[in-house]
Order: sequence, then C-alpha cells, then structure tokens
Amino acid sequence: MVSGDVFFQRDSAMHQPSLSKSMTTGESGLALVFAVTAFLCVIASAKALDAPFAFHAALSAAASLTAVFCIINRYFDRPAELPPAEINGRPNYNMGPIKFSSFMAMFWGIAGFLVGLIIASQLAWPALNFDLPWTSFGRLRPLHTSAVIFAFGGNVLIATSFYVVQKTCRVRLAGDLAPWFVVVGYNFFILIAGTGYLLGVTQSKEYAEPEWYADIWLTIVWVTYLLVFLGTIIKRKEPHIFVANWFYLAFIVTIAVLHLGNNPALPVSVFGSKSYVAWGGIQDAMFQWWYGHNAVGFFLTAGFLAIMYYFIPKRAERPIYSYRLSIIHFWALIFLYIWAGPHHLHYTALPDWTQTLGMTFSIMLWMPSWGGMINGLMTLSGAWDKLRTDPVLRMLVVSVAFYGMSTFEGPMMSIKVVNSLSHYTDWTIGHVHSGALGWVGFVSFGALYCLVPWAWNRKGLYSLKLVNWHFWIATLGIVLYISAMWVSGILQGLMWRAYTSLGFLEYSFIETVEAMHPFYIIRAAGGGLFLIGALIMAFNLWMTVRVGEQEIQIPVALQPAE
Amino acid sequence: MKAILTLDNLASGLVTTIWTPVFIAIFLAIIAYAFWPRNKAAFDQAARLPLREE
Repeated sequence: MVSGDVFFQRDSAMHQPSLSKSMTTGESGLALVFAVTAFLCVIASAKALDAPFAFHAALSAAASLTAVFCIINRYFDRPAELPPAEINGRPNYNMGPIKFSSFMAMFWGIAGFLVGLIIASQLAWPALNFDLPWTSFGRLRPLHTSAVIFAFGGNVLIATSFYVVQKTCRVRLAGDLAPWFVVVGYNFFILIAGTGYLLGVTQSKEYAEPEWYADIWLTIVWVTYLLVFLGTIIKRKEPHIFVANWFYLAFIVTIAVLHLGNNPALPVSVFGSKSYVAWGGIQDAMFQWWYGHNAVGFFLTAGFLAIMYYFIPKRAERPIYSYRLSIIHFWALIFLYIWAGPHHLHYTALPDWTQTLGMTFSIMLWMPSWGGMINGLMTLSGAWDKLRTDPVLRMLVVSVAFYGMSTFEGPMMSIKVVNSLSHYTDWTIGHVHSGALGWVGFVSFGALYCLVPWAWNRKGLYSLKLVNWHFWIATLGIVLYISAMWVSGILQGLMWRAYTSLGFLEYSFIETVEAMHPFYIIRAAGGGLFLIGALIMAFNLWMTVRVGEQEIQIPVALQPAE
Repeated sequence: MKAILTLDNLASGLVTTIWTPVFIAIFLAIIAYAFWPRNKAAFDQAARLPLREE
C-alpha cells in the first residue's frame, strides 16, 4: 500500500500554530454521522439473517470507525486554517482526491483485467471453475464487468472530472471533506459490490447487480459527487463552462437518474441482503435495458468524451477542431441515446413498435458519434507529426478511432435482421470489447499517463519507451480479442440457424460450443496481452511518482500573514 | 373497446405528443445558437480553453 503522504502534500509553510483551531461543521458532523453509522452497522451485523449481510455490516462498521478516526486525525494534523482557495492570486488546486482516484483506477484496472483473463480461460478450460461457488463463472463475470466499468472506469472519470473542472473553471474544488467522501465512499461501494458477487449477493440485473444496501450507499456518494462538481462550476472564475464539463455533468446527472430508476426494490428484511424488484416481467426488462444502454451512453461514452475534449487538445497543444460541432455533438447525443435501450430486447415480449423505435434511434446515433469522432481526430490537424513521437497522444487518438469503429458497429447490430444473427453470440462480446478495450481503455490509459505527472507535479513520465511497449502489446491484444470474437460469433450465429433439407436443426448446441473452443483460447491470449500492457503501465506510473523529476514551479511566495 | 374522447385523454394525448415538436424546436434552437455568427469569436476562444490555463 501507499503511505498517506503520497496523496496529501503537507505544506509546512502554511502551518500557523498560534491561531486557535476548531473543528469545522463538516468535520464534526461527518464524524458524528459515521459514529452513529458504525453503531447501527454493529447492530445490523448482530441481527443479520444471512452470512454475507453480516459480513458487509461488519465491514461497514469497521469502515465507519476508520472514517471517524481519519477525520479526527486529519483535524489534529492540519493547520488551524483550511487550505486557501488561492495562493498569490493563483487557484490552489486540490489534487489529493485526484491522486487517490488515479491510484485506485490503476489498482482496480489490473484486478478487473485479471478477473477477465480468468473467466476467459474458464470458458476455454472449464476445469478452471474449480467446482467452487466463489470461483464459478457466474460469480466472477459480474466481478469482472463491475471492476473494469465501475471501479476502473469510474475512478478514471472521478479523477479526471475533478481535475478538468478545477482547471477549466480556474478554481479550487468545492468542499473540504466532500471530495474525499466521494472518492473513498465510491471505492467502498466497489468493495461491497465486489465481495457481494463472490458471496452470491446479487439482484441479477446486468451491470446493476449490487443489492439494495449498496445501492443506497452509492446514491449518497453520487449525490455528493454531483454537489461537489456543481459547486465547483458555480464558483468558477472562467465565465464560459467548457464543453468537457457539460459531458461530465451529463454523465453524473444521468447516472443518478438511471441508478434511481432501475433499482427500486423491496428488501425481504432490513437485516438481510435479498430484495425483490418493484416491477416484474417485460416492464422490468425494459427498465433494465433503458438503464443498461444508457450506462453505455452516459458512463462509457459521455464521461470519456469529456476526457477526449480536454486531454487531446491539451496533449496535442491544439485547440478543439470545431467548438460548434462539440455543442451539437453534445446535445444530439443527449437527445438520442436515451431512446436506444430497446435494441437489447429485439424479438422478445417487448412490443414490436418499441423495438423498432430503439433500432431507429440507435441508427440515428451514427451522426453524433461520428461527428464527435471527427472532432476528436481533426483536433490533431497541424500536429499529426506528434503521433510519431508521443505514444501517449497516439493512445488517445487510437482510442477515438476505436470509438468510431464500435459506434459504427453498434447501430449496425441494432438493425433487427443483423441482430437476429448477432444476438446472444460472441459477436456482442467482440463489439463490447472493441469499445471497452479500444475506446474506454485506451482513452483512460492516455488520460492517466497525462494526469499522473500533472497531479504529482512531475516533469514527465518515467519512460515513454514503456508507454510505446504498452501501446503495441495492448493493441495486439485487442486485435486478437475482437477478431476472435467476430469469427466465433458469426460462426455461432450461422450454426444456430442452419437447417437440414428435412427442416431439422443441423447442429446440436454442444457442437457450436466445440466450434468456439479455438477462438476462446485466442481471446484469452488477447486478454492476457492487454493485462501485460496494464502491468507495464502500473510500473511506469509508479516509477513516475517515486523517482520522477519534480517540475520546476514558479516559487510560491510566503503568504501575506507571514 | 371504443376509445371515447374526453377532456382527460385529450389532455394526456396532447402531453405525450407535444414532446416531439418541443424537443425538435429546442434542438433547432441549439443548432441556431451554435451557428450564430456573433457567437463564433466566443467559441473560438472556448476551443483554446485547455491551452490557456494556469
């Protein structure tokens, strides 16, 4: 583990012991709330109806007590005055929570890619399930998806959004403890969700598996996130709200709405982990995929497009190609995405007109998606030569190319006749991973390669050569992964629909499984390469923080009081 | 069952239908805003925003 001072930069020059010191309302209030929570969690743990709930309640009690300790400890360690919003007329940016989230992103990224590699290997060699409930594919699969999307992606989004909103508003992040509450609270949610999956706690909704108590906790954390973000925008010094902040805000607001919309459930008991959803049948299915597809649209797209609109101009040192296009890109995406969910339910009990509506809006999404991609790529105009020398920029640009590719493929797969071949096959998995590994993964890696030296105040990365290695190994891994899944998926779909001349199905199901075996091995190899790339990255970032050269700063003069 | 026109279902029909023209009008207004010649200078400034921070 990293020691605390990696995240907190204590500024001894600001220490003024002569001033009388008292706890802020936030500090005392939050410490009190956590003390009460710890007490309630101990009771819940004692009265628990099932073992996982008892474990989670005990974990929450321990975490609450740790929070009380940390708040009081920080109070004794800090100078009497809270860090100033400005030093010498320049904003005093708050980097602590950003460093924490960046570190957690890298940690969960490696964990998530590793679990992905394990379940890919399980599909190729089922013996790797070990006949144990905790290591079975059914429990590890949501662990993988949540770890890569919500834990890795979520931490990247929180870290970059806190950085971008401060820099483009020229103001210190709103709140004192609130940003810390967001980053630590969010990672605690991940811990509860992930351990729950392993213990068999799930509400069985794809990408919304966490049970009711984890959902309530996430709601509290997420509303705080929204308030911190909005609070920073409200007190901005820059009159214009930069487009990246629009995308981040859409991501935060929509995820709140989706989370509340999809998760109303009635717990069997307040002392048990099991709950039942408020509505059943096709209504539940429609709600689930309204949620599911907009999680793709607003978590995996809008949030990461915000990264694109800030980090690519910054890294390429070029202005955004067309700011007008970025405005239209934003609003077209917002207006269209929300209707695309029904394409997950083609040829089901969902009314036919709803399926067609979902398909139509998915196809219309081609326009904003490609508009955005063109805007990202053309930002490089006048700086294309940098792709040759800067592997970080290359990673960012290739991610946008993958964005274009997967947002071409997605609408195509939403067309009902195409979907009749592709649905329930590995083609879907291939499509998802060209978006997840190529777009979300690469844009996150690129952003972290930029963000870590900036947040830790380093001159540059430890090694650009290692970034280059990461880029090529991971790219090769993606190509192996998605091409294997395309072939496997189309093969699978064609075998399923093949009839003999007498009208019987030509292949039994197990024959299709057997046909997929070689592709599963290739896919696992691709995932393995992607993981190796991430390990190289983690080493590179670690060395950047540990031995990287300090950026020479304009010396910060003493404060007027001294 | 025969649909009977009442004030109630007329109103609900109107409310559920009105969103389409309203959304289209809002979107057209956004496009007009984006292409309004007078806004060009401000947008060109905004496009450089990440490059001129402290």
